[in-house]
Amino acid sequence: MTQGLDGLRRVAIVPAYNEEGAVARVIDELRAFDPGLEVVVVDDGSSDGTAEAARAGGARVLQLPFNLGIGGAVQTGFRYAWEHDFDLAVRLDGDGQHDPAELGALLEPILAGTADVVVGSRFAAQSDGYRSSRTRRVGIRLLAWIVSALTRQRLTDPTSGFQAANRLGIRLFAADYPHDYPEVEAAVMVFKHELRMCEVPVAMRARESGRSSITALQSVYYMVKVSLAMVVALFRRKAVPFQ
Amino acid sequence: MTPLRVSIAAAIASVLLLLVVFELIRSRRLRERYALLWLLTGVVLLVLSLWRGGLNTIAGWFGVSGYPPAILFATGMLFILLVLLHYSTVISRLSDQSTILAQRLALLEERLRHSETRGPQ
Repeated sequence: MTQGLDGLRRVAIVPAYNEEGAVARVIDELRAFDPGLEVVVVDDGSSDGTAEAARAGGARVLQLPFNLGIGGAVQTGFRYAWEHDFDLAVRLDGDGQHDPAELGALLEPILAGTADVVVGSRFAAQSDGYRSSRTRRVGIRLLAWIVSALTRQRLTDPTSGFQAANRLGIRLFAADYPHDYPEVEAAVMVFKHELRMCEVPVAMRARESGRSSITALQSVYYMVKVSLAMVVALFRRKAVPFQ
Repeated sequence: MTPLRVSIAAAIASVLLLLVVFELIRSRRLRERYALLWLLTGVVLLVLSLWRGGLNTIAGWFGVSGYPPAILFATGMLFILLVLLHYSTVISRLSDQSTILAQRLALLEERLRHSETRGPQ
C-alpha cells in the first residue's frame, strides 16, 4: 500500500458487464491493496449475476437498469464519487485485466500533486508481457499518435481504461464523460479543460473470462468514430462542472 | 411549363400531407414542435404546385426550365433531409436524457439500499 493515502477518501470504480466470474476476485484484490478503499461496482445492465457477486464480495453496487456502454457506466461511478465527496478515484475494469497491485504506481503522480488524471499504459515501458493482436496494436498506435498531436503531449496508450483521478478529474468526469469508447476522447477533454494528465507504465493481464467489448469488425467503426469525436471535442465548449 | 396534371397531382398530395399532419396533431399523436417542419413542407409544396409561373421561373434559375417539376422533387427531398436531420438531433437528446435517468436511478437505488440495510437511526 502506498504512503500518503491516509486521510483521503478514496474509491475504486469498477465497470462490469456480465463479469460474475471475475468481479469478486477484482474486489478482493482491491481490498488487499488498500482496505480503506471503497469499491463501487457499476453493473452495466448485466444479464448474469454480476451485481449479486459484487455485493457478496462486499462492494457497493450501482445497478444500471439497462446497458449504457462503458462510457455511461464509468460516468455513473464518477458521479457517485463526486456526490459522496471522494478525494481520489481509480477506475479499473471488472474483467480482471487491470491488476490492482499496480495501483500504487498509478496513484503516485496524483499523491505527489503532479497530475490530475493518470492513465496506466501498456506500452510506456519497453518490456511487458501484454499480448494483443497486431491490428489492435497498430490501431492503438495510430490513435496514440493522433491524441498526442491534439494534446501536444506524448501518450502511448490512449485506449487504456486503467485510470486514476483526483477531485478535479472526478468533477470533470462526473459532469461530462464521452459515450461509446470513451478513453481516447476523455484524454482530449482533459487537455481541453487544462487538467494535467500523465501516463505511468503498468503491466496488464490477459482477460480472465468474458470477451473484449470490441470485435475485429467493430474496430473500423471504432477508429472512425473516435477520430471524429476527438476532433469535435477540441471545438466543443467546456463542460459545466457540477456544483 | 409544368404539365397541368403534374400540378394537380402535386397539389392534391400536398393537401393530403397537410390534412394527415393536422389530424395527427389533433388526435395528440404528434406534438406541435415536431409537426412544424412537416406543415412547412406541405405548405411550400402546395404553393409551388399551384403557382405554376413561379415554379417555371425557379426552374429557370436552376437551369432545369426543360422540366420544371424537377424543382418539386428537389424541394420535397430537401425538406425530407431537414426533417431527418431534426429527428437525429431529437434522438440524440433523448438518448442523452435516458442515460442520465439510468445513472440517477442507479445512484438512488444504491442510496436507498444502503439506508435500508443500516436501518432507521
